[in-house]
Amino acid sequence: MKWLVAVGILVVLILVVSFGLGRGGAATLNVIGSTSIQPFAEILAQEFNKTPRPFVVDVQGGGSTAGLQAVANGVADVGMCSRDLKPEEAAQFTATAFAQDGLAVVVHPSNPVRNLSLRQVAGLFAGDLVNWKQAGGEDRPVRLITREEGSGTREAFQKLVMGKTRISRKALTQESNGAVKELVKHDPCAVGYMSLGLVGQELKALKVDGVAPTAEEVVSGRYPLARPFLFVTKGPPGERAREFIDFAASPIGRQMLEREGLVGAR
Amino acid sequence: MKEKLIHVALTILALSAISGLALITAFIFKEGVPIIVQVGLRNFLASSDWYPTEGKFGIFPMIVGSLAVTVGAVVIGVFFGLGCAVLLTQFCPPRMVAVIKPSIELLAGVPSVVYGFIGVVILVPLIRDHLGGPGLSVLASSIVLGIMALPTITSISVDALQAVPRSYREGSIALGATEWQTTHMVMLKGARSGIVAAVILGMGRAIGETMATIMVAGNTADVPHSLLDPVRTLTSNIALEMGYAAGKHREALFATGVVLFIIIMILNTIAMTVSRQRVRKAVAR
Repeated sequence: MKWLVAVGILVVLILVVSFGLGRGGAATLNVIGSTSIQPFAEILAQEFNKTPRPFVVDVQGGGSTAGLQAVANGVADVGMCSRDLKPEEAAQFTATAFAQDGLAVVVHPSNPVRNLSLRQVAGLFAGDLVNWKQAGGEDRPVRLITREEGSGTREAFQKLVMGKTRISRKALTQESNGAVKELVKHDPCAVGYMSLGLVGQELKALKVDGVAPTAEEVVSGRYPLARPFLFVTKGPPGERAREFIDFAASPIGRQMLEREGLVGAR
Repeated sequence: MKEKLIHVALTILALSAISGLALITAFIFKEGVPIIVQVGLRNFLASSDWYPTEGKFGIFPMIVGSLAVTVGAVVIGVFFGLGCAVLLTQFCPPRMVAVIKPSIELLAGVPSVVYGFIGVVILVPLIRDHLGGPGLSVLASSIVLGIMALPTITSISVDALQAVPRSYREGSIALGATEWQTTHMVMLKGARSGIVAAVILGMGRAIGETMATIMVAGNTADVPHSLLDPVRTLTSNIALEMGYAAGKHREALFATGVVLFIIIMILNTIAMTVSRQRVRKAVAR
């Protein structure tokens, strides 16, 4: 008999918890998508949630494409996408650019190379330049670090740098900006790419075509590797989504993003 | 009445577990098989071009990767695991067994992320600095997976060795064989089928592991040419790209799952047949 009571209590507990969660879920605006945008959206959401509203914003990662899918099937109210929409996606979604991000080409701080031309970057990642000597560095092999197939950062890099050329299949594949950072930080031969806002102090971001990878140069339009950060909704954004997206574009939101190294949309 | 109620309740519980398995199987095959048919089985298995955004789905490098890493892990796991099992059952005072056996079994409880993390922080830099290459490699993942398979291999081998009748050992010693001769000529032979089962289950553990492999293998979708080359396994291929994949890409990942599923089924069937033979032999005795 005892165990029956135990099972009964367990069932009741499960029911209570799931109902509780269900009710909590009704009052959230779900923002899901790119891991590159996620940290910035979280900062925005934190500030946004300070003002009492009938709902709170909840930010989750997963990736640009996953974010779009989540929006398409109604799991997310707003998707985060760190690349331009493809034509077939543009037909389905409404996108609002709220910031611009630079893609930084990063190497180990001990690497003497300071500047690469866009063609050199493409050559490195295509696997044509296999030694840093060929790019004006020391006699060391080049170790490529790329993102996984489908990542917004990868797709932006592919489009902006590689064009039709493929990224070498010899490249090490990591699943997040953080993992790329971790590898490049410890490997003097490594070269990778990541969101400019996430580079930090431990890596060296290279000049591309002589232009320094800074927020100012992204704004000026001279830095060649710039991409939009998008908030995406299915059809025109609803009232709540509108409120959050407007907040990101408001002077306060913009100021917060700039403090984190992003640039407002032009 | 109560008896009957419990009987029904237990049957429902048992069936729900099985139907869960059936559901998973059906779902993986339903999602994965169409793309295999579309690409062609040979193309899917034997092509080295994995460019999912261009619609090229060849998982040959991942199959090779999974096998390479698994073989490496089994070599390491068997070397240490079998050594441990022999020590524990043949040469070890009971008090030491009481310490060593639980601590090896404790290894099974360590989450795989922790293994992966230790691999990335300690093992990978060691390999990079002393052996060359990127450090993230077949070798690194073999070592990590080998350690992860240790508890499986050790505890099943210990059981197998303990199942060999005492009279074998006593008889052998009485005939004048040394302890070592007894161990490798009598005990290991007697426990052979159990040890084979242990190895195969260890293999299953290694081939199915995902998190730790993603962290230490480097995930390059290319056939590795040496132990120091990075590699991508079937499991990490799925886990890496799942979050982003849509459409055919997603189906191709399910198809990767189908291949993995079949490989693991084959391994488990072999393990089960071998260990059943052991039981039959024991009964015949």
